[in-house]
Amino acid sequence: MDIKISVKNLEAFYGKNKVLKNISIDIPRNKVVAIIGPSGCGKSTFLRCLNRMHEVVGGTITGSIQVDGEDLTKTDPVLLRKRLGMVFQKPNPFPTMSIFNNVAAGLRFNGVRNKKILTPIVERSLKQAALWDEVKDNLDDSGVNISGGQQQRLCIARTLAVDPEVILMDEPASALDPISTSKIEELIFELKKNYTIVIVTHNMQQAARVSDSTAFFYMGELIEYDKTTKIFTNPANKQTEDYVTGRFG
Amino acid sequence: MQANTKQTEHKRNIFLKKIFGSQNFGDLIFERLTLLFAVFVFLLVILMGYEMYIGSKISIEKFGWSFLTNSVWDPVQEIYGALPIIYGTVVSSFLALILSVPLSIGIAIFLSELSPGWLEKPLSFLVELLAGIPSVVYGLWGIFVLVPWIRNDVEPFLSERLGFLPFFRGAPYGFGMLAAVLILSIMVLPIVASISRDILKSVPQSQREAALALGATRWQSTKIVLKDARSGIFGATMLGLGRAVGETMAVTMVIGNRALISPSLFDPAYTMASVIANEFSEATSDMYLSALIQLALVLFVITIFINAFAKLLVWSMERKLGTR
Repeated sequence: MDIKISVKNLEAFYGKNKVLKNISIDIPRNKVVAIIGPSGCGKSTFLRCLNRMHEVVGGTITGSIQVDGEDLTKTDPVLLRKRLGMVFQKPNPFPTMSIFNNVAAGLRFNGVRNKKILTPIVERSLKQAALWDEVKDNLDDSGVNISGGQQQRLCIARTLAVDPEVILMDEPASALDPISTSKIEELIFELKKNYTIVIVTHNMQQAARVSDSTAFFYMGELIEYDKTTKIFTNPANKQTEDYVTGRFG
Repeated sequence: MQANTKQTEHKRNIFLKKIFGSQNFGDLIFERLTLLFAVFVFLLVILMGYEMYIGSKISIEKFGWSFLTNSVWDPVQEIYGALPIIYGTVVSSFLALILSVPLSIGIAIFLSELSPGWLEKPLSFLVELLAGIPSVVYGLWGIFVLVPWIRNDVEPFLSERLGFLPFFRGAPYGFGMLAAVLILSIMVLPIVASISRDILKSVPQSQREAALALGATRWQSTKIVLKDARSGIFGATMLGLGRAVGETMAVTMVIGNRALISPSLFDPAYTMASVIANEFSEATSDMYLSALIQLALVLFVITIFINAFAKLLVWSMERKLGTR
């Protein structure tokens, strides 16, 4: 198996409060890994450790995370986050920017100013995010005057524009209606051809639909990590079974 | 018997509903009472404006618009032209803003974006404390510390190095426009800084994270936040301007109090608020009093415009971002 991200003995803290306990997990290249578990189990924190957003809110970690064999703590977080893009729970386009500028924002942070370079990338990203047909005639409109589902796809396009290697998704569809949700799921299916995707989700059907492997987190611990089909049909652990069959959580 | 009382109660309820609509009676009183208080504030403003208009009638009739354009303020000759006084107010306020706004925004950025939690609380408290110091204390400090410093060090230095500019010429009195500008900028600073900090903090955290997750540096994500907050910060600046325009005591104590239009910051000047505070007790004739009240009316109108404009901006920004 071709490993993209390798996590060993990861522990994460907020102050003295330990939120992740001894997590070891390998994330394969160009696959979708779903992280499931009840609220407060540390799944979002885990995701935020991977692109060093955990430290933005004052968190700390011990253990090791390697991306392509490179130790995460030795990377420049600014460069790292270009490689590991993130899509958040609530759509968060920049309200002062047009749709075009929202998608171009990441490139502009990189110092790309030339519109001749930006325009094709913006178009490609919006197409990849399956939003192009809906917004191509009003790229100059504000990024917040479109529907919630469109905003979330705009945020995905914005992430894709930077050309990341990994896309981290933190419950990307939890604030959306069923139709927008299915669009996002189709999108994930498309994207995994070219990207490694880690998706945190509350929705077990969603995990079953979109992912290749699933990890079940509970109380800050990794309980079970296996092929998605195995987790949902024949889990090895009793707690996992109880959770996926809806007996708790 | 019981059926009877029930019936009367029912009738009474219908009766009350007819008078007061379908609402609960207590709620209705509560609503009307608070409405009355709110309307009272509105009436107060109108009443003040009206009173000032009536009080300044003699002066308005005699001088008309020339009150605003004439530059002679001579109570002995009974000639009242407020131009140098309006000039003093406007110039001192704007220069104070130019000095204090960049500093205030810097403080606000540090407090909301960069400072660690343990430092933010005490620093914010100190900034807000600065806003609460009575202005006469600033004035006293101005007279005994700021003015001597300006007279002995700042003005000689400026006239030596930059004396070729018309702004830095003349005798170093200490008391004058420069002292007023400096003291005003110190007084405006905490207001602009603390409101700007609140505005920056009201920008959702998700905006910063969105930028950072795209590979933005700290400075780039701060720029995004500043862009979201720009109209609110402009509103904060306007509120600072409102304070500077209306500031009386501290300015009166250091500005030199002479109705003079001079390009030099070393020269004494006068502001509307200081004229009123200084000359009210000497206003023995009706015309003098009337002119002072007209001056108050001008200040009142300017302040209302500035504040209304500022509130509108802050409000429009909060609506646009949909915060809270």
